[in-house]
Formats: sequence, C-alpha cells, structure tokens
Amino acid sequence: MALAFDEFGRPFIILREQEQKSRLRGLDAQKANIASGKAVSRILQTSLGPKGMDKMLQSPDGDVTITNDGATILEQMDVDNQIAKLMVELSRSQDYEIGDGTTGVVVMAGALLEHAEKLLERGIHPIRISEGYETASRIAFEHLEHIAHKFEFSASDIEPLIQTCMTTLSSKIVNRCKRSLAEIAVKAVLAVADLERKDVNLDLIKVEGKVGGKLEDTELIYGIVVDKDMSHPQMPKQIEDAKIAILTCPFEPPKPKTKHKVDIDTVEKFQTLRQQEQKYFDDMVQKCKDVGATLVICQWGFDDEANHLLMHRNLPAVRWVGGVELELIAIATGGRIVPRFQELTPEKLGRAGLVREKAFGTTKDRMIYIEHCANSRAVTIFIRGGNKMMIEETKRSLHDALCVARNLIRNNSIVYGGGSAEISCSIAVEAAADKYPGVEQYAIRAFADALDAVPMALAENSGLQPIETLSAVKSQQIKENNSCFGIDCNDVGTNDMREQNVFETLIGKQQQLLLATQVVKMILKIDDVISPSEY
Amino acid sequence: MAVERLFKDEATEEKGERARMASFVGAVAIADLVKTTLGPKGMDKILQSTGRGHSVTVTNDGATILKSLHIDNAAAKVLVDISKVQDDEVGDGTTSVVVLAGELLREAEKLVNAKIHPMTIISGYRMAAECARNALLEKVVDNKLDAEKFKTDLMKIAMTTLSSKILSQDKEHFAKLAVDAVMRLKGSTNLESIQIIKKPGGSLKDSFLDEGFILDKKIGVGQPKRIENAKILVANTAMDTDKVKIYGARVRVDSMAKVAEIEVAEKEKMREKVQKIINHGINCFVNRQLIYNFPEELFADAGVLAIEHADFDGIERLALVTGGEIASTFDNPESVKLGHCKLIEEIMIGEDRLIHFSGVEMGQACTIVLRGASPHMLDEAERSLHDALCVLSQTVIDSRVLFGGGWPEMVMAKAVDELARKTPGKRSHAIEAFSRALVAIPTIIADNAGLDSAELVAQLRAEHHKEESNAGIDVISGSVGDMADLGISEAFKVKQAVLLSATEAAEMILRVDEIITCAPRRREDRM
Repeated sequence: MALAFDEFGRPFIILREQEQKSRLRGLDAQKANIASGKAVSRILQTSLGPKGMDKMLQSPDGDVTITNDGATILEQMDVDNQIAKLMVELSRSQDYEIGDGTTGVVVMAGALLEHAEKLLERGIHPIRISEGYETASRIAFEHLEHIAHKFEFSASDIEPLIQTCMTTLSSKIVNRCKRSLAEIAVKAVLAVADLERKDVNLDLIKVEGKVGGKLEDTELIYGIVVDKDMSHPQMPKQIEDAKIAILTCPFEPPKPKTKHKVDIDTVEKFQTLRQQEQKYFDDMVQKCKDVGATLVICQWGFDDEANHLLMHRNLPAVRWVGGVELELIAIATGGRIVPRFQELTPEKLGRAGLVREKAFGTTKDRMIYIEHCANSRAVTIFIRGGNKMMIEETKRSLHDALCVARNLIRNNSIVYGGGSAEISCSIAVEAAADKYPGVEQYAIRAFADALDAVPMALAENSGLQPIETLSAVKSQQIKENNSCFGIDCNDVGTNDMREQNVFETLIGKQQQLLLATQVVKMILKIDDVISPSEY
Repeated sequence: MAVERLFKDEATEEKGERARMASFVGAVAIADLVKTTLGPKGMDKILQSTGRGHSVTVTNDGATILKSLHIDNAAAKVLVDISKVQDDEVGDGTTSVVVLAGELLREAEKLVNAKIHPMTIISGYRMAAECARNALLEKVVDNKLDAEKFKTDLMKIAMTTLSSKILSQDKEHFAKLAVDAVMRLKGSTNLESIQIIKKPGGSLKDSFLDEGFILDKKIGVGQPKRIENAKILVANTAMDTDKVKIYGARVRVDSMAKVAEIEVAEKEKMREKVQKIINHGINCFVNRQLIYNFPEELFADAGVLAIEHADFDGIERLALVTGGEIASTFDNPESVKLGHCKLIEEIMIGEDRLIHFSGVEMGQACTIVLRGASPHMLDEAERSLHDALCVLSQTVIDSRVLFGGGWPEMVMAKAVDELARKTPGKRSHAIEAFSRALVAIPTIIADNAGLDSAELVAQLRAEHHKEESNAGIDVISGSVGDMADLGISEAFKVKQAVLLSATEAAEMILRVDEIITCAPRRREDRM
C-alpha cells in the first residue's frame, strides 16, 4: 500500500522505512483510538464527585502525589499514547479556561467515544457521527442557558459564593474544613476582584504552603508572604510603617559587561582602588538610606560587608527574593522595582504597615510577612498541613475554588450540580433527536445517552445503584418539570440540588460540553495511525 | 479491543483492590517496622548507611529510622512524611504517629474486606477522631498559673519522653538538664540558644548543663588563655589579604621591586585592618572565617584573644548570647555593638580543650555538654535530648498536660466506643475500628516490655470504666498503675498532633483506588 509503481514499473516508496513502522487504518484505527480514549476516562471515572476516590501517582523521581484533581492526575500520568495525550490536553484546557470540572470533561468525552464506537459498528460513517454530536452539543448548550439561574450576590453578601466554593471543595480531600477554606478563597478573590469590570486577576493571589501545623491553621493574609528571612540574623524582626526599596541590583561592586582589566602596578593605585571599593559599598547603602527606605528587598545577594553596613545603618534587608515575588511585592506595596541605585527616589518606595518575620515549629523555618500594604489588592493564602502532599493537594483544591469564585464574578449564571444539568440536557437532547431526519438522529440520541455517564458515575462512586438512581431522578425531572433534581451523593435525603446548595457555573458546564465534543470529533476523524514500531 | 500501551515503558498501574492492597501492605509494613521501638521498653534499630564507610546509627527515634529508609512503596512514603512533620512540629511522638496510622489502616483493611466502602470508613474515622480529641480536651490539666506545679509537670513530661530512649538510665539527671535549659528560654521556642556539645569519654552521668557558652575551638598561640570582663567583637570577614572586589582588577608589575612594594602594601593593609579591629577596644575577637598567621600574630602582640573559623551557627549564637553584632566592616568603632562576658577561659573536657564564655549578657543561652562512651551513644543521646527539649519548649507555650502510659489512648477509646454505640449505620463499624486501633497502642507498649498485653489491657479497660480513673500501664512493675502517682505525663499538643496526623494519613491512603508509577528517571551512566 505504501509502495507505488511509476509508469516504468519501478517501485518507489511513499512511506519511508515502512517495515519499521506499524500502521493502523480505517475502522481499526478508530477503534484503537477510541479504546485508548476510553481507558483514560475510565481511570478518572472513579474520581468524580464528592465521594470520588483519589489516585496515587509516583513521579519518575519517586515523589508521591495523592490527588483527585483530573488535570493533575493526567498531567503526572506520563502517558505515551497519542490519543491519551489528546485527552490530557483536553483536561488541561478546561483547567486553563475554567479551572474546575477537569474530571467531568474527560469522563464526558470518554462516554461520547464509547457511544460512537457502537454507532461505528453499525456502519455509520464517522463524519456523520461527529455532525450529529455537533448538533446535539448545540442543543445541549442552548438548553443549559435555558435552565440557568441568575446567582445573586454582592460584595457584602458573600454567603452564596461561599456555598459554591464549598461544592467544589467537597470533592477534595480537604473537605474536612471546606467551610473555612471556602471563606478564604472567596475573600481572597473579592480582595483582588474588580467588581465594576467583572474581572479578577488570579495572579494577584499567591498561594504559599509550609509543611507543619494543621489544615485549620491555613490563613488568608492581606499582603505578601515571602519564604525568606532577614539577611542578617540580628536585623529587627518587625518593622512598622515600612518604606520598602525594591531592588534588582546586587549590593556588590559593578560588573560591566564589557571585558576590561584594571591594572595595578603601583602601591598608590592599589590603595585608591581599595578606597573606591569601600566608598562604593558605602554609597549604595547611603543611597537607600537617603531616600528614606526602612527596608530593602533585593533580588540578588549581598556581600558580607554590604550586609554589615546595612545592619549597621539600621536598614533591614531581605535578599534572594524571586522575580515573581518581587513583582507581587511591588504591586502590593505600590512601589516600583528599581534596577539601579542611581534611580532610587522616595516616590519609588513601596509602603507597608507591618513587616514581620515569623518562625514556625521547632525547626528554623522563618518567613517574612508583609502586611497592611498600600495597595491591598495582592493577597496571600498561606496553607499549613500535615505533610507536603497534603499541602500540594490543598493548593490544587484552593486553585479550583478560586477559579469558581472568579467565574461567578465574571458571569453569575449557574446551573445545579449533582448531575442534574446533565440529566436535564440529556432529556432535552433526547426529545430533540426525533425531529432530525437521517442518520444524525442516532448520533444525537447517542449524545443524550453519553450525557447520562456523568450522573451515572456520580451515583456509582457514591455507592448507589447507578441505573436505578439515574432512572428515578430522570423520571422525577420529567414529572415535575424541574431541572434541579440530581444525584444525592452525600446521602442527605433529598435530591433537589437547590436545597442542597450544589451548583456549578454555567460557563464551566458549557465549556465542558463544547470541549468534550470537539475532542471527540477530532478523534473520530482520524482514520490512519502511523507510528514507529518498537525496536 | 484492548489498548496495548497507554503509559510509557516501565510505568506501572495498579487499580482498585490491588492498589488498596499494595498501599495497605506498604503502610502496615512500615508501622510494624517501627512498632517494636515504641514505649519505655522498646528496642533499638541499627541503621547502616550505604554511603562511604557504612557508618552505623543506633536509634529508637521513629523519625530517624524512617528518614534513613529507602522506600519504594508510595503509601509507605506518606507515613514517613507524617513522621517527619511530627518531628519538625512537636519533636516527639514520631513513632506513635506511624504506629497509630498503621493500626488504623490495618483495621480499615478488615472493614474493606467486609465490603464496607472506604468512604464510609473515612467518615467514621473522622467522627471518631473528633470525638477522641474532645475526650482528651475534657481531661487535660493545665497548671500554667502555678509555677511550682508547672515545673513538676515539665519534669514529668521530660522523664516520660526520655524513659523510652537510651538515656532512660539517667532520666532524672537528663530531665533536670532539659527542664533547666528550657526554663531559661522563658517561653521562646528558639532552641538555637541551647547548644549541645558532644564529647566522647566519661559516662552519660557526667553530662552537664553550663549556663555559659562553650565554643569548640582553640585559642591562638601566644594569646591570653583567660580574660576577665571580656569585650568581644564578633565578625564575619576575610582576614587574609582582602581581595579587591572590583571586577577585572589584576596586578601587573614590571620588576621584582614592585612586587615587594605591593606585598608591603598588602601587609600594611592587613595591619591597618587589624589595628582598626583592635581600636574597638576589644580583648577578644571571634571570626567566622580563617585568621591567617600574620594577623594572628598581630592580635597576639596586642594581647587580643583571636578565635578563628567559628562556624556559622557558632557565630550567630555567640552574637546572640553576648549581645554583640556581627561586624564585617570596621571603620566606625564607636557605633559597633560589642559583646560582653565576664570571663573567657580555656577549659578541658576529657582530652579536648574548649573555650568557655561565662557570665554572658543574655541569660537565655546555655550549653549542654554530653559525655558518653561512644559516638553512637552520643548521637542517640543528642537525639533523645532534642526530643525532650522540643516537647518541653512546646509545652511551655501550650501548657496542657495529660497522663501517659496508654492512659490517653484508653480515654479516647472509651469515648469513641460510646460514640459507636450511638451512631446508626455502617459508620459505627469504622468508629469501633478506630477505638480498636487506639487500644493497640497500649497493647504494643505492653508487648514490647514482654508483658502479658491481653491481660493488662483488659484490666486497664476495666479500670477506665470507673469514673475519673488514672490508670495506665506501669511498664516497670508490669502491672496496671495510677499514672498520677507514678508521675507519667505527656504533653497534650503531642498527643493531639499524633491523633490528627495519623487520622489524616490513614484517610489519605484509604482514599486511593489507583496507583500509577511513572517510569523511573534514567540515570545517566557516569562512567
């Protein structure tokens, strides 16, 4: 096949070294792809919902991660299969765009693929299936908008926001203190949110973790926490009304880029050079002092001498502060990052009400807190936890919660969770299917079936009878014409999600549907896989 | 159609029951490993490093043992981690936390085999942990206001902590050392100002607490060996010919005479620097970096005691205790804060000569000199003492105290049992299991002491059924005894941390239903 003949009957090669490559074509290729897509989604299926299980991942270096965040699992899974990689990408893009529902999107895509396989076996052309899926996803998309509710909250009434964040956190390992974490997340987002423009810059929220203490000790700091300590052990540990010079130049003699040599051939030169050097250090410190700085934060290191001079002049300093942190400090304190000592002016100093060094536990860990900043827009969430894994997982969970809060501020439409939105869409798509003549009808119906996969997995993970529960909820939705019924995962006793306060953002849900459909369409269109065979 | 390969080569995946099995087995194995070191009659472990020399450590400190293990099992790593955190945060109970987590998982395994969903077990464990914590909170004793009682409390805690260590022979002696040292800190948890110096030789009993500061260095040749009312300048500066720091500078000469001139200038510069230092009016100079022969000679001439190459910690601590500042430039002698102490002298401990600073300004600092037969003994003694110091310093902050000897576990188990009886549904099995895991700890303590654990624990349980019982296991006499009379106490903070972190770790491992191990990163062959 990969070998063709020209008009003289001589063979020529289209595909190079084909005996070293394995090739799958046609239906086989599609089936292989679907199988690997399904395999990935099956891994994630058990992590869905508040009763979902965690995965333990061991990295190439032997570090252990325990998580049930879909995006993280897929990212660390070290996948080799091309289609599986597509699924990883899918979850990642949901993570970038929305930040939540990363597991749901993959489960959805897996279900779509599964149903596509059945249709393929019946001889329906993949393009027709993907067209049907496209139509169905549009119907579902519009239906979601139809059942969405406006979600009322304001800066003073944050309770509804907290409830939403709690839904997100309840599926994570941190659900022991979901209430306090949700409050932290909402307050953090509101602190940096621009309610006028409905925009939230999550970069302004820094999430910092330190091993030790309890999860309950996690706190929100209106300011910045830097994992550094004062450059000199005897500098004051607390500075009030600090004026901060933020420097990116080292307290060291200049190192011009151009190559040069200073020749010393007489004793006088030797001495002048020495004096100049001393003067240089003195000048640097003097300049900081002159502009009125009471704290120096430097991206680079200091020489011992400079360190002592700073100490001596009563000018506390922090060294080796990372670039990102430096920027955040600059934003928070309203200061400017100064690249040269000559450019230091009083206006460029940042201001903070309180800077203090805090020690933890029995080890010598210290961190610097910069609080009461001139511009309180930058906040830090400081996580404490039993071990490194716990902290990493808390970071990820908080990230999800922050994203949810942000999405709500951007767009305050919500749909109810617990699989209720999926069930409602499934009903709508099913009903719409009959109106379409032609083969697409089957694909649309398959889409409706696939939508049931999410509530089904939810029910299964919660230890309920999946089929029984789903059909009961579905009939209840149709009977009462109320799209708020979902799976009662937490065994509360009602499956009205409005009463349970379980909801998700509309854009998150819509995004899930669109992304899943897109990827499935892409996978269905592949009919030839050429890969280097193993050697 | 099966997927041939989803993961990279060598990556492995374990699912469902198999994954759970793997993590249970790993975690329980780790717990069993350290189990025998628990309690006053626990055994030690010998750890041999794979590094050069195959150095040997003998210890029964849980955190130290676990830190040195090379573990491949992911769940086991979780346990090692919690033990490390326990060490960092409260300093003691590193073994108990692992053993409790292991017991919790062992019980969970049985429940899982009986077809109870892990999530149900987790929610039961959570309720039980909360209930156990409240039970402890009700029973705590806080003697913070009564200084005398508080001190005896501290003493008891120190003795309890030390009794499971190598120091148990002289626990009273060491408990007193530790309590004295911590009381000097006056409430700060900064253990840095307590210095521990290990000197082989003598016996453990010869260890002592010194209120001054001891620096393990020698005094330079020809310099005074004893200084009264010392003024100390603590510095961090290079005492060789200062290199010119301006980039690109180099010396270029065209004759031998010039070389000599520069050399003289360098020497002059050195002399100036030394002179500047001496001008501070000091009679003792301590530098972090080396002091070369030439400046040393100059210092000797001026009658100044110069100590070179004190390490970073030494310098900081010295500056802290003498109240001086660490200087690096010497141009303004009037504004540099000097350190003071009443007396500097050279003392002999065993064969070694050390420098002793006594009568320092800050009373908080002190030095504990450990003596012992072998370096291994000393290392272990240091670890034990460190545990005791950590616990004590934490207790000074959170002065709530509980009895020891398995008493808290029994109290918790009783409360948890009652909760189990009240809870409807499957969760009650998990809560019952929690209480069984708690009781396992006194059982192990008794087992390690070679006692009849079944009999003792049963007696203990009966005792605890009475109101306000103080019964616990008296390992020394091998019977159930009154912990208040025996003076066995533990810090509440330690117990609470053990309870919470063990539950957290068990929960974390229980929630896992799939283990994916990535292919190990290939090491490039260096040869």
